[in-house]
Amino acid sequence: MMEGQCPVLEVDDLCVSYGKVEALHHVGIRVGEGQIVTVIGPNGAGKTTMLSAVMGVLPRSRGVVRFRGEELGDAEVEDMVSLGVNLVPESRALFGEMSVEDNLLLGCFHRYRGGDRDQLHTMEEVFAIFPRLKERRDQHAGTLSGGERQMLALARALMAKPRLLMLDEPSLGLAPLIVKEIFRVVATLKDRGVAILLVEQNARAALQIADYGYVLETGEVALEGSCRDLIDDPKVIQSYLGLGGRH
Amino acid sequence: MDLQIALLLGQDGITNGAIYALLSLALVLVFAVTRVIFIPQGEFVAYGALTLASFQAGKLPGTLWLLIGVGIAVAVVDLVVAIRSRQRRRIPRIIGWNLVYPALAAALIFALTPAELPLLAQVVLSLILVVPLGPMTYRLAFQPLAEASVLVLLIVAVGVHFAMVGLGLLFFGAEGSRTPAFSDGSLSLGSLTVNAQTLWVLGSSLSLIVVLAFFFERTIYGKALRATAMNRTGARLMGISTVMAGKLSFLLASLIGAFSGILIAPITTVYYDTGFLIGLKGFVGAIVGALSSYPLAALGALLVGLLEAFSSFWASAFKEVIVFTLIIPVLVWLSLTTHHVEEEE
Repeated sequence: MMEGQCPVLEVDDLCVSYGKVEALHHVGIRVGEGQIVTVIGPNGAGKTTMLSAVMGVLPRSRGVVRFRGEELGDAEVEDMVSLGVNLVPESRALFGEMSVEDNLLLGCFHRYRGGDRDQLHTMEEVFAIFPRLKERRDQHAGTLSGGERQMLALARALMAKPRLLMLDEPSLGLAPLIVKEIFRVVATLKDRGVAILLVEQNARAALQIADYGYVLETGEVALEGSCRDLIDDPKVIQSYLGLGGRH
Repeated sequence: MDLQIALLLGQDGITNGAIYALLSLALVLVFAVTRVIFIPQGEFVAYGALTLASFQAGKLPGTLWLLIGVGIAVAVVDLVVAIRSRQRRRIPRIIGWNLVYPALAAALIFALTPAELPLLAQVVLSLILVVPLGPMTYRLAFQPLAEASVLVLLIVAVGVHFAMVGLGLLFFGAEGSRTPAFSDGSLSLGSLTVNAQTLWVLGSSLSLIVVLAFFFERTIYGKALRATAMNRTGARLMGISTVMAGKLSFLLASLIGAFSGILIAPITTVYYDTGFLIGLKGFVGAIVGALSSYPLAALGALLVGLLEAFSSFWASAFKEVIVFTLIIPVLVWLSLTTHHVEEEE
């Protein structure tokens, strides 16, 4: 972790309950400036729950979330967006009956409300990253392929010019080639000064682009460390990387 | 029935149908964005018409006191929330919209003599008083229940409807009012005589529909409302707040309602409770559009208007029965052809 600089996101002692059932127990996570941090773990480990609680979609029953050193009380989703935190959910949550262009435009909504009118410029920047979306700009989002949808979801989040981008399972349901493409883009975002919290089941892909990783199991952080260490960790190899290990 | 009568009925039906179409669009909008079946829509029709009539009769409309009272209530609720959640920067806005705005409206009305103003100015004054009641109603009655089920929201809507009808009786009395036509005269097209108010109604409704279409297709706020209707979570993740979308859709609905009331006031006598029936006919139109399609809802509403006109000729005692019976085949058709969608959590 970087010294002398407060992390972009700092989560301490986070607990989340669904009714009486606690799904997340005392989770602590840090994302530094310009870092890609990944949270890997099996299905049902609480990865999505954690993102939802950080984003303000789910209430936190305990714990502190700090964004750039500032404590967020019970900030709602809209407050998080205006602070510069964006979440791309597992469902992608696109506006299916709207054009690609309109989906992107709405990504700028909070900036537009704040008086920022350079959405067309931002859209060109985003099209430069995803040329495929430019070709499909007039097409309805609902008619896109799975890979294109994930690209659109990512592109729409980038329209907000986030400082922290949280991605929930971006590889879910995508062909390996598309996953590679998406992860290549995610890795370049770091150079644009966007910190990334990447939640993934595809541990191999995630550990290859991330700087630091956490392993979440049954609602608890089971293991953490730099990705270089995690990728060689026998437990990680056995549970998440399969027999192939590093390659 | 000869051609003359048929044309006359057709004209009547299309005129009323245009009003129902406006209301059905508002109902579809409010339901799509907030999941509220907006029963009090009709009360905004009555409030709009009766506020205008009060101005013309030289009386001070009770809606002014309602605006001031509801404004104070919203201000108190919002101020408590803002202070509790330490969001003091919201305070000037809250005071501005809920206390200063009604006070300015009152000052304007007391400074001018509304009865002597031209019609257009009276219309604007009426809208100034009635339209803000829409978003204020959302704030007080529906915003705290944003996560409730459609049924709970419907029951609250019925409650708001009864409260508004009661207040309407208190403010405007049991007497009905009719305002003079926007302009006199008529237009002859062969054997058909179209009177000027019909043209006003059709022209204004069409213009309003065009403006609304432009708003939804071309402006970012219009797109934000559509986005909320399509995917509430997705919209929130873009920073489109559910509360903002709800208030905006209620604002449009109250604008459409009050405006429809002003259009219809020269055609029919409006009583404090007339709005309910007019709103329900808009609702039948909205049902034809399955509460989701704007063009189908507008067409359905037009059909309701025509059906009403012709059944008032053939079976005037059963006029309302025939119109509302239309809902049954439509519902049967819808339930046979559409798949049940699980309600969003």
